[in-house]
Amino acid sequence: MDGYFGSYVVVAVLLAIGVGVFAGGLLANRMLRPHRPTVEKLTTYECGVDPVGEGWAQSQVRYYVFTYLYVVFAVDAVFLFPWATVFAAPGFGTTTLVEMFVFLAFIAIGILYAYRKRVLTWT
Amino acid sequence: MLDVVIRLAIIVAAFLVLPLLVGQTEHKVMAHMQSRLGPMYAGGFHGWAQLIADGVKFVQKEDIIPAAADRTIFKIAPAVALVPYLVVLIVIPVGDGLVGVDLDAGLFFVLAVMGVGVLGAIMAGWASANKYSVLGGMRAAAQLMSYELPLVLAASSVAMAAGTLSLSGILDEWQWWWLPWQALGGVVFFVAGLAELRRPPFDMPIADSEIIMGPMTEYAGIRFALFMLAEYAGIVVLGALTAVLFLGGWHGPLLPGPVWTLIKIGVLAFVVIWVRVSYPRMREDQLQRLAWVGLVPLALLQLALTGVVKVVMA
Repeated sequence: MDGYFGSYVVVAVLLAIGVGVFAGGLLANRMLRPHRPTVEKLTTYECGVDPVGEGWAQSQVRYYVFTYLYVVFAVDAVFLFPWATVFAAPGFGTTTLVEMFVFLAFIAIGILYAYRKRVLTWT
Repeated sequence: MLDVVIRLAIIVAAFLVLPLLVGQTEHKVMAHMQSRLGPMYAGGFHGWAQLIADGVKFVQKEDIIPAAADRTIFKIAPAVALVPYLVVLIVIPVGDGLVGVDLDAGLFFVLAVMGVGVLGAIMAGWASANKYSVLGGMRAAAQLMSYELPLVLAASSVAMAAGTLSLSGILDEWQWWWLPWQALGGVVFFVAGLAELRRPPFDMPIADSEIIMGPMTEYAGIRFALFMLAEYAGIVVLGALTAVLFLGGWHGPLLPGPVWTLIKIGVLAFVVIWVRVSYPRMREDQLQRLAWVGLVPLALLQLALTGVVKVVMA
């Protein structure tokens, strides 16, 4: 349980315990519950009337552009973390600060561009 | 070895007890804010055992899986929503040296694993093969994408301030004047976290008066109960993370560290409940607008402030 990977072994053990808690809940449920499925009971719920069409219906996703924005910016943001740990280390200081403002400017201009293109409003 | 076992046991116990406490508090606090009494019967004294009674009821309920559903995904979705919040607890320090394991990439680990939790709602929404569920799942996905960015940016501001990604390391570096210095980031983090939990006023994916229960519409019995547990576990995790990153975690005068951690988590959980009672639900476009036009620029401002102060101080 020591060393770099040792601590991740403990994380994996906790993950297994979590799955165990979930499985335990379902097992208790299985032993205590009734099981009498009927066709009506297994019908898709649409406020009591018979369902129309299938559930995987097509719908217009009006906010799909946010997906692109997110992918672009989140990939940028991931680079912040390794940088954040060293940016104030001796010998960096001002250089990394300037780099940070370059980075922030890129993101800010990106959002400003999206805003001006009216992507951030309901289409 | 024994040490690790004890730590894991405490984490699992906290994971099973604290969400119930938050849930019971929500019952009572919300009731009194609305001039009601809330549960009064179960357990005798002010209905303290209401959630235990609920659990006993849920575990005896029939497990209904709709015929049209994608069965495998439908079955495991509650686990995907619930288990990440348990795993996150392992890196949260509750006192000086009191932490499950001190991962050196702790902050990154927390954000990554919390993102997995939201997938549970999307999986449930899609696998249910129900129109309400699909709509709710899509809204949950949109919310995750929009609010993940301010969450990550605000969290990385703290990492810059401390110069480490380890949550214990962040608290070792913490000074009282970080409170005003990181306040803006703290607000952004808390609001974005609230949105990721899909709690009111960000409950557009669930919107019970509009799309029934969103992704959980088709769920019944124990699986539904586990989704509920995930929501309250999420409140505990969000409170704990906000406390550790922005409110100094176990730092505090007079009282011992773990008590301070619990007090801060409790106060933040109360705020979550308070906000639920006070604000109406935000519309989908208002949600997106708040994230991109409000929180992301504020988070960038906090990054700039953190960087400048840190370099000037050095």
